Amino acid sequence: MGRYVVRRLLQMIPVFIGATLLIFLMVNVMGDPIAGLCGERRCDPATAARLEREFGLDKPVWQQYLTYMGNVFTGDFGTAFNGQEVTELMSTAFPVTIRLTLIAILFEIVIGVTLGVVTGLRRGRPVDTGVLLLTLVVISVPTFVTGLLLQLLLGVKWGWIRPSVSSEAPFDELILPGLVLASVSLAYVTRLTRTSIAENRRSDYVRTAIAKGLPRHRVVVRHLLRNSLIPVVTFIGADIGFLMGGAIVTERIFNIHGVGYQLYQGILRQNTQTVVGFVTVLVLVFLVANLVVDLLYAVLDPRIRYA
Amino acid sequence: MRGATHVKWAACAMAVALAATACGGDGDGGGSDAGAVLSASWGDPQNPLEPSNTNEVQGGKVLDMIFRGLKRYDPETGEAKDMLAERIETSDSQNFTVTVKDGWTFSNGEKVTAQSFVDAWNYGASLRNNQRNAYFFAYIEGYDQVHPEEGEQTADTLSGLKVTGDLTFTVKLTQKFSTFPDTLGYNAFAPLPRAFFDDHDAWVKKPVGNGPYLVDSYTRGSQMSLRRWDDYPGPDKAQNGGVDLKVYTDNNTAYTDLMAGNLDLVDDVPAAQLKNVKNDLGDRYLNTPAGIIQTLAFPFYDDAWNKPGSEKVRKGLSMAIDRGQITDTIFQKTRTPATDWTSPVLGEDGGYRAGLCGEACEYKPDEARKLIEEGGGLPGGRVTITFNADTGSHREWVNAVCNSINNALDDERACTANPVGTFADFRNEITDRKMTGPFRAGWQMDYPLIQNFLQPLYYTDASSNDGKWSNREFDDLVDRANQEADTAKAVGLFQQAEEVVRDNMAAIPLWYQNGSAGWSERLSDVKLNPFSVPVYEQIKVS
Amino acid sequence: MPDHQHEPERAIAGTGMGGTMDLGVDEAETLEKRPGVPDGRGPQEPPRSLWSDAWRDLRRNPVFIVSALVILFLLFISLWPSAIASGSPLKCDLSKAQQGSRSGHPFGFDGQGCDVYTRTVYGARTSVAVGVLATLGVAVLGSVLGALAGFFGGVWDSVLSRITDVFFAIPVVLGGLVLLSVITSNTVWPVIGFIVLLGWPQISRIARGSVITAKQNDYVQAARALGASTSRLMLRHIAPNAVAPVIVVATIALGTYIALEATLSYLGVGLKPPSVSWGIDISAASPYIRNAPHALLWPSGALAVTVLAFIMLGDAVRDALDPKLR
Repeated sequence: MGRYVVRRLLQMIPVFIGATLLIFLMVNVMGDPIAGLCGERRCDPATAARLEREFGLDKPVWQQYLTYMGNVFTGDFGTAFNGQEVTELMSTAFPVTIRLTLIAILFEIVIGVTLGVVTGLRRGRPVDTGVLLLTLVVISVPTFVTGLLLQLLLGVKWGWIRPSVSSEAPFDELILPGLVLASVSLAYVTRLTRTSIAENRRSDYVRTAIAKGLPRHRVVVRHLLRNSLIPVVTFIGADIGFLMGGAIVTERIFNIHGVGYQLYQGILRQNTQTVVGFVTVLVLVFLVANLVVDLLYAVLDPRIRYA
Repeated sequence: MRGATHVKWAACAMAVALAATACGGDGDGGGSDAGAVLSASWGDPQNPLEPSNTNEVQGGKVLDMIFRGLKRYDPETGEAKDMLAERIETSDSQNFTVTVKDGWTFSNGEKVTAQSFVDAWNYGASLRNNQRNAYFFAYIEGYDQVHPEEGEQTADTLSGLKVTGDLTFTVKLTQKFSTFPDTLGYNAFAPLPRAFFDDHDAWVKKPVGNGPYLVDSYTRGSQMSLRRWDDYPGPDKAQNGGVDLKVYTDNNTAYTDLMAGNLDLVDDVPAAQLKNVKNDLGDRYLNTPAGIIQTLAFPFYDDAWNKPGSEKVRKGLSMAIDRGQITDTIFQKTRTPATDWTSPVLGEDGGYRAGLCGEACEYKPDEARKLIEEGGGLPGGRVTITFNADTGSHREWVNAVCNSINNALDDERACTANPVGTFADFRNEITDRKMTGPFRAGWQMDYPLIQNFLQPLYYTDASSNDGKWSNREFDDLVDRANQEADTAKAVGLFQQAEEVVRDNMAAIPLWYQNGSAGWSERLSDVKLNPFSVPVYEQIKVS
Repeated sequence: MPDHQHEPERAIAGTGMGGTMDLGVDEAETLEKRPGVPDGRGPQEPPRSLWSDAWRDLRRNPVFIVSALVILFLLFISLWPSAIASGSPLKCDLSKAQQGSRSGHPFGFDGQGCDVYTRTVYGARTSVAVGVLATLGVAVLGSVLGALAGFFGGVWDSVLSRITDVFFAIPVVLGGLVLLSVITSNTVWPVIGFIVLLGWPQISRIARGSVITAKQNDYVQAARALGASTSRLMLRHIAPNAVAPVIVVATIALGTYIALEATLSYLGVGLKPPSVSWGIDISAASPYIRNAPHALLWPSGALAVTVLAFIMLGDAVRDALDPKLR
């Protein structure tokens, strides 16, 4: 187990370097940020040149990357163009997005798994077909359409919720955005669980358990569900990274000042430091989440162990 | 507690929206509460909030609340009136003596003196400080040493600024500039306390000024809370307890929040909602002229747009745009078709002249077609209008302008909208001279003078002459106008220069932009100044 | 709908944008499995019978028939939009802006006064082109790289797998914003290229997994022992067995790519005029949702139906191709 974890951690290093380099190059392709910095009026050449030097933009890209990564390892993520430390931006943005992601994942687990179990146990019945169709519809409508519609209906027409999220972003205000963010993944979780349950229902150990005369809910929860959750856990684990980085659309619609918002602003202003910094953290989250998921396998399925 | 208020306001907003009935306050029937705080929409300022570093509206809003300069533009007329200036005297339009009023302090107790201004201006001009508004000090003697075009600066202070007493200083300009005192209402000329220089980082985190509001707390990128400064010495004390500025990425969301009762004031109603404003807000909506004009600039560095006869093509394009229909339909009359290159807020005396553009700004499809043909046709038979898609409601009107041109020329592929993803990249393409056709050019005045609508935009190599238009005759007229001590004569010369712009169609004027604002039941006395910024200190909250 | 009882299985999980769902197989070499652990793939049958069985299944599956008909119709109007829409999608009259439906204009007009019906019909071409071409690109690039990694193993596998991880780790929408914000071309190619660039890892992992599984089969070992060349092994023995999961995931991914194009347009970096696409129309109409909901409804509806058709087709194909469910 320990050796396996060490090996995985070592493998993360090239992936981490590759991903940050890739995003660094991509942001650099976007071009010179100085012009946007100066607004509708162009900066005089002297100021532009000074700004360029100050942000290290006059150096070749590889050198910028090395300097940047060197700083990152000492905990210095650089300064955004508005003079703010990127770490400071992160300290306000990440808590919000983590809350949002938690809510989204909670929805996935509670609603997705429940629907999946229900449909998996009642295959072919009207409830199954109905839920299946619903998930298809959810998957096929783009998130921003769902988000705008729900915001208009629940927030303005019926006045049930705040249409946007205040800057403190407490949990209760994030419920609808969390649901919108989770919607597509929710549909996938439902379908995954359903498949998995249906598959395992025919397996020997379930049959044995039923034959032993165990009560039905015990069979479902202890035996069937536990084994059926493996693919679901994989999916949700990978989804954490996607939800945190993919919240750009949701955060924009509901005016949430989280990671997606900072990334969007960073991109609009071609602010290399902000974008690369945030993506670096997201890549780390993604890698760690994947590792945790793999370790969870062993917990869920005792047949698997790591050498 | 907070939650409860939301629900109540949501209910009120709904009742208004559905039944168009008024929704009373807490039973006190709308009496104003001088301690109440209002919330208003805001955008995240791009640069640190230093006065000489803020060149966009969002940062300008805050500066307007926490700073008062020598002059202040009257919120209604736009006229430059003395604020901290006791008097500004000159005998030759080149050497000015400024006397600062006694009794003003910064909110941290420091006295506002002549030194506060001179220090601030020196800071703003110095190349070392990377201030975006440095060029505002370019007329002052010694600027070329403090801010050379290239190389290191050879001086730290402007030689044209001299403190002559506790409250007096002199300004020496490099050339005659008769309206110089009127430019001093611009934020870049605000005074700065010692605290700014002593602990700059702390100041930027929580700016200290001398205006009617104090910064109470500031969470970058999300919210700024401003509170009334009770000891404010000026005449324009805040009528409310304070303002919470909330950052919105999308002005549609801000408007939605206003309707749901989570926000008190929106100062940029999105184009898409203009049609609903009457229904949603009734008379809690304001639409007043502002010093903003939208134009289409041309890349004069591209020979295709700068050859003999292409002024006819430009004029033809101008006549192919049905401004009236676009401002009616897309903007619901919150823009007015432009008939000159300035703005109605200048007033007739200030240099605005309705109809100066003549028939070149009227929709005449047949003549448009003829003119374009005479001028040699569109370069390559096509024209693209470039704009940035990330801010404002530009996409809608650019599409409409293109459709109008296509309909007039009877060729549905004659004009194409060309969105650029980000403002930063849009500016890049402009500074790198990559434009191949007309592009969006908006101008929001810095100060209400006709000079500000012409010189920065059309003078050879001026800071915002994005199309690189250059014309000797125009430059001469502007130079002469600047030296003219008599205001009326100066305005006359500027108008002559404007006629040169017209005859060459250096840029197509589209429309004058109004400022628009919508507010909640709690507010009254909401006004917008000629810069389309709400006059926060006059708003009353009940 | 009897065939809905056939279970979608983990292949569907491969469609989450940026997610890694292909469980277990990726780290197969590090997993010490005891006998009897289901590896997600059933015993292999000779390719011919697999495909012909699948086809027999599909022909009787109403879900397949309905979605195939919808897709055929979409292909038809993509190629000949003028067959059912006489006007031009670029002909707009501002004086008709936001008006509702009336005779000759069944879907009404959008904010610019363009005919919504005509634009919806013409939008199909772009959306289908983006979906189909991007999927082809993703499938080819992904399966080639995945198969190389799976077949050769060792260093090849390590390097390619790490590269896959790198691309997986970049959030898709973010990558789109960054890369597409500077593109000035108004064709569909940048959008397609971007999807291929960030989409291939998904297919690559699946292809790698199924190649590894197929490689271990007895008949492959036998062919190898008989001295079959590498290319012959790959093309004749492994590819036919490994391609099924790729097809399934690709069909479903196709739908998500079409939806992704709309999201990119919403963020202002998608296709550009004079392209006519559902994404452009949906994002243009979304601010006007209160005044002209029809301008949003029709292109969104068309998009949803298209995505739905491709996902259902993929579902049906997967059910038919999975011998375990037969």
